[in-house]
Amino acid sequence: MKYKLTKKQRKMLKRIIASTVILGIAALITKFVEIPWWCELVLFAIPYLIVGYDILKGAFINIIHGQVFDEKFLMTIATLGAFATKEFPEATFVMLFYQVGELFQSIAVGRSRKSIASLMDIRPDYANVIRDGVESEVSPEEVQVGETIVIKPGEKIPLDGVILTGSTTINTAALTGESAPADATTGDNVISGTLNLTGVITVKTTGVFAESTVSKILELVENSSEKKAKVENFITRFAKWYTPAVVIGAVLLALVPPIFDHMWMQWIGRALVFLVVSCPCALVVSVPLSFFAGIGAASKDGILIKGANYMETLSKIETVVFDKTGTLTKGSFAVEAVHANEISESELIDIAACAESYSSHPIAESIIRRAGNISKERVGLVEEIAGHGIKAVVDGIVYYVGNGKLMDSIKADYKDCELTGTIIHVAREAKWSNEYLGHIVINDEIKSDSPEAISNLKKLGVKNTVMLTGDKEKVAQNVGKKLGLDEIHAELLPADKVSHVERLLGTGTKLAFVGDGINDAPVLMRADIGIAMGALGSDAAIESADVVLMDDKPSKIADSIKISRKTMSIVWQNIVFALGVKVIILLLGALGIANMWIAVFGDVGVLIIAILNSLRCMSIKK
Amino acid sequence: MKKTFKLDEVDCANCALKMQDAVKAIDGVTSASVNFMTQKFTLEADDEVFDDVLAKAIKAMNKVEPDCEVIL
Repeated sequence: MKYKLTKKQRKMLKRIIASTVILGIAALITKFVEIPWWCELVLFAIPYLIVGYDILKGAFINIIHGQVFDEKFLMTIATLGAFATKEFPEATFVMLFYQVGELFQSIAVGRSRKSIASLMDIRPDYANVIRDGVESEVSPEEVQVGETIVIKPGEKIPLDGVILTGSTTINTAALTGESAPADATTGDNVISGTLNLTGVITVKTTGVFAESTVSKILELVENSSEKKAKVENFITRFAKWYTPAVVIGAVLLALVPPIFDHMWMQWIGRALVFLVVSCPCALVVSVPLSFFAGIGAASKDGILIKGANYMETLSKIETVVFDKTGTLTKGSFAVEAVHANEISESELIDIAACAESYSSHPIAESIIRRAGNISKERVGLVEEIAGHGIKAVVDGIVYYVGNGKLMDSIKADYKDCELTGTIIHVAREAKWSNEYLGHIVINDEIKSDSPEAISNLKKLGVKNTVMLTGDKEKVAQNVGKKLGLDEIHAELLPADKVSHVERLLGTGTKLAFVGDGINDAPVLMRADIGIAMGALGSDAAIESADVVLMDDKPSKIADSIKISRKTMSIVWQNIVFALGVKVIILLLGALGIANMWIAVFGDVGVLIIAILNSLRCMSIKK
Repeated sequence: MKKTFKLDEVDCANCALKMQDAVKAIDGVTSASVNFMTQKFTLEADDEVFDDVLAKAIKAMNKVEPDCEVIL
């Protein structure tokens, strides 16, 4: 990715190059020419000051402000101390190397911020608003609720709204990470941040930019770095104690042993090594950076994790509890099977659909959808029998469409089905006995990726997959068995769901609850992690959940756990690496084995490696 | 009142932390956070004293990191 250096960074780079060149010259001179020590001092002081004057100045200013123990002070003491012991090239090189490291840190952080920001480059920059018949391009913030905007193919949809005219296909990848385009036409809702692909549409806005989905998501990701993970808090506290501790150690190292062996210079040299390695920067920068990168990568995949602390908990999840309807299943009914007697299946559906054509019940709608086009002219008198079904005249013949109780009441010899689900029986009125024509099995469809979602979770080592539902036991068992869930609890009231979650939490496991957010608020709050699904546009879900999945796919849950685990492992790698190297160098420094160069590596090199490692959090293996 | 400002030239995570602590210690500050990752500074204080507190906060922050600029 192209990264432009800032003015400050460019200046620094020039200073570093200039200083390096002069240092090189100085080193060559001293190699071949014998010059008095004060000449050498001046010779090396030049590149030293070129590259390090701001550090010296900064250290001085900070001391005046009461800030003594910081990096600048340490570098100043360390390098001036080296000058004092006549190690001129060393001192200059240390300052040079330190500044190179600082520049690198600045660039690395700047680049990381930029690539993480580009992951989230979903912000629309303009909107074409139509006012008084004139189309003009304005910034999205200027559009009011209820105004009409036009969106052309290839443009980002700037605000949430409803399509007034036109139809098109929309790419929601920016929000959900899914690239399969969705059709949308007049009357459909559109979401800000998605990409309009094929057609021109005019949209009536339903909200202002500040409250739009895209703004909410961006705000969420930005604020996520404020919720610190436990690890981050630990590092912060550690850093506050580490630096003073090492400095005190350095002072002791410089003052105490020489009392016994009078080798002042040697011990001061070793103390300087201590000072250089005392900066905890590598930890303080790399840990938050890893989380930031991980959260950015997750949001690119349509997974919004609201805080680093949630990411930390996600990596430890052992139990996942699912709501059934709308989470594992589509929440809409569909015809699963048709078993017809004497007539063809399509005829059975046709009759049932005609009979139900005036009903708006979801079950009726599923039959009608399966039938396709029915002309209502074929349907005569329709009588609804509460709790039983419908008696309707279709093509002049009386039919009964409904449940087992209806069949019993008209004495039609009906057959129940081995399949679970809602069974709609159809019978035809006849002179001597009502003829049973067959039945239609209707079920809430399991989402196509639900089986994969569960198996992926198990592959990740999730020990317990649980379903809690208010639906019938038989239906729950059917769905549960098909998906391979470990625990199935049905016919639950909302309070029962909470008790189950509390029971599971009581076993000491880390628990995530997955629901559609709207009516699962109490359970979402009790769980260690509350995951809301299908939140494209849902305010309630974004508010109450800790993790928001922007599309309807339960398989994303396994992905979120994977990303969290990877991020956590990189965080720990960095901590162990940085601390380990520093402790080793401190020991070697105290023993006199490590010199200034190794010390500088322990500070700058470790920092650079830690930052590069953190950036690995940006890529997710699928 | 709670307001968020963009920050310029905050390159050291340690400094960001120190700035945050310095601002939190100011009288009248309800809450403050310096976000190193996003380079944003959020300050919450009572409406009447907000401008005053903000000025003190900027001063405190510059003591820690003289190069840091708060973009109002």
